[in-house]
Amino acid sequence: MKLKKTVLLGAVIAGLLGSSLASANEEQFIGLPSYRVGPYAAGGSGLFGGWIDYMQLINERDGGVNGVKLTWEECETEYNNARGVECYERLKKKGSTGNSVFQPVSTGITYSVLEKVPQDKIPMVTIGYGRTDAADGRVFPWVFPMITTYWSQASAIVNYMGQKEGGMDKLKGKKIGLLYHDSAYGKESHAIMDKLAAKHGFEVIKIAVAHPGNEQQSQWLQIRQAKPDYVVLWGWGVMNPTAIKAAAKTGFPREKLIGVWWSGAEEDTIPAGPAAKGFVAAGFNVAGANYPVIADIKKHVYGKNKGNMEDKTRVGSVYYNRGVVHGIITVEAIRKAQEKYGKGKALTGEQVRWGFENLNLDDARLKALGATGFLPPLKITCADHEGPGKVKFQQWDGNQWKVITDWVDSDRPLVRGMIEESAAAYAKEKGIKPRDCSKEG
Amino acid sequence: MQFFIEVLVGGLLSGVMYALVALGFVLIYKASGVFNFAQGAMVFFAALTFVGFQEVLPGWLGLEADSGVVFWLAFLLAFAAMVVLGIATERIVLRPLVNQPHITLFMATIGLTYVVEGLAQMTWGANVRGLDLGIVDEPIAWLMDNYEIGVSKFDLFAAGVAASLVALLALLFQYTKVGRALRAVADDHQAALSIGIPLQTIWRVVWAVAGFVALVAGMIWGARNGVQFALTFTALKALPVLILGGFTSVPGAIVGGLIIGASEKLAEVYVGPFVGGGIEGWFPYMLALAFLLVRPEGLFGEKHIDRV
Repeated sequence: MKLKKTVLLGAVIAGLLGSSLASANEEQFIGLPSYRVGPYAAGGSGLFGGWIDYMQLINERDGGVNGVKLTWEECETEYNNARGVECYERLKKKGSTGNSVFQPVSTGITYSVLEKVPQDKIPMVTIGYGRTDAADGRVFPWVFPMITTYWSQASAIVNYMGQKEGGMDKLKGKKIGLLYHDSAYGKESHAIMDKLAAKHGFEVIKIAVAHPGNEQQSQWLQIRQAKPDYVVLWGWGVMNPTAIKAAAKTGFPREKLIGVWWSGAEEDTIPAGPAAKGFVAAGFNVAGANYPVIADIKKHVYGKNKGNMEDKTRVGSVYYNRGVVHGIITVEAIRKAQEKYGKGKALTGEQVRWGFENLNLDDARLKALGATGFLPPLKITCADHEGPGKVKFQQWDGNQWKVITDWVDSDRPLVRGMIEESAAAYAKEKGIKPRDCSKEG
Repeated sequence: MQFFIEVLVGGLLSGVMYALVALGFVLIYKASGVFNFAQGAMVFFAALTFVGFQEVLPGWLGLEADSGVVFWLAFLLAFAAMVVLGIATERIVLRPLVNQPHITLFMATIGLTYVVEGLAQMTWGANVRGLDLGIVDEPIAWLMDNYEIGVSKFDLFAAGVAASLVALLALLFQYTKVGRALRAVADDHQAALSIGIPLQTIWRVVWAVAGFVALVAGMIWGARNGVQFALTFTALKALPVLILGGFTSVPGAIVGGLIIGASEKLAEVYVGPFVGGGIEGWFPYMLALAFLLVRPEGLFGEKHIDRV
């Protein structure tokens, strides 16, 4: 009898120990298709550094997400579509549950795997890039162009100009130059700017810059001749400092040169030198290290010599903080999904997708994360995979970025209308039946 | 008319910047008959090495970051790095390929491109850096005030540097023993070797000189747009210049640069608006293609006649 009791007790202890060990070993895998070499390495090293540092913070400070440690593996894409697809394939089956989320940080790679992600049941999150109409979650259930899209950004930029002029009605009769990268990315601005021009009565002067954009003399001569009131810089890479310098050379006021978020990082202003002083840019995240979340990274990650950035002075830069935003959104989606599918469990991509679709980073949650003002409050729904569509504007003071506005709204009804129209056309073309969101749990 | 002149002058000055990069290609081609695909990467490597030394030297030597000593020391060290790179290229890449078809050497330079790009970023990091040469990139006030024509002081400075380099290289090729040996090597490796020309030494010299040209081009382009990976793209601007000016002519690189620079700017401003703009990227190639049909050897290139 005694022996029987001992065996039973032993079995119970072993069972408990086993289950607790299994829980302790739970790991959530995140595949990172990064670019740390090649033409865009400067931005990539900052962004992926911030992202990894945030995940490291969660592991070091909190012991993971409800005890589930985050693991990750980088795969170098060099911002090249073919390599991006290769990375997608290589990463998708890694980890105990496969890749939880694919975030390509490249519009080209986004398009390349757009039709693969529903088949593999891996959510794709494209923060500040990618296909704008994917914000209609009824047609694109697996894609999340979160926080804000290119169309919302263009609209917010025009709203900012309206604020500067003293009202949207004051934009009537104004001229707005649109200096854009001559690519699909740059041309993404055309439709929305035309709509906004028609609505507010300003003229858009579109001027293309051929890739890579390291020569812009003729474009700026055209701008000088046209005398626009503002110029929107829709650039990328070397095109940005070249434009800023050319603006200075032609005497165009930098305060009226408004960059998009891929034009407004230290990597764009430092090479332009003193010419960049006064330049304004939109951003769905801000620069700066004076946020509790960054202080925590410094304390718990860099304090233990586990930081990812070789150059620690870049902690708090625009691209670094953008990486932290990627980390926050990823971790919070996993946390949300665990509420439904089991705390302390590693989740599949399909389960994490639910987390993204029900993500709600309100003011209270952002405060708890130490990220108030760092990114806008964010609520994702079945139909709306974008969220707030807001940006802040920052101005380069010659040494660093200074936030000069609160979150500026876009023209939501106009932008959402365009998104739904475009998504409906895509659904028709591909034979997709949009989801009925009232039936989604 | 003023606007036309401004576009034209701006284009000519831009053309000089392209010619600066094209000169490096010409040097290697003259010495080995090889189109050096790695020239753009060398421009990037040279400029990054220069600013890299500018960053670390003040700490090493306890000097002010903006002192002249740091600038010139960084310049000398960057040049030394280019010489080492040239010697290593000759030893590791070119020497085993002597007497191989030109296409083999060309392919080797493609591989070299990736090695040099990677080496640069591995050594100095991927950060974008600014470079201040002390020349402001602003229009000359007198021209602006009197004629409303904006001509950049920086572009004029770059033109002066390019002209000096061309004069120096022309002297090197025409009036020195090394220059003559270099031309002999370009004609026929084996024949040059048979009359006692030290092929390896000549190749080392020419790669070192091409490295110097890359350093100067990298500094000027870097001061204009920042020292970053995009410096490798300057090679794209040099290609049509070479086709037009001829792969073997130093003055051809300059004249080709001027023609390409002026025509692409005029086309962008006057033709661009009718075809959606952004034609600067491909227009020079169209022009070069048209030129190839008429004069395949380029304006100043050597006419190649094969006996059959």
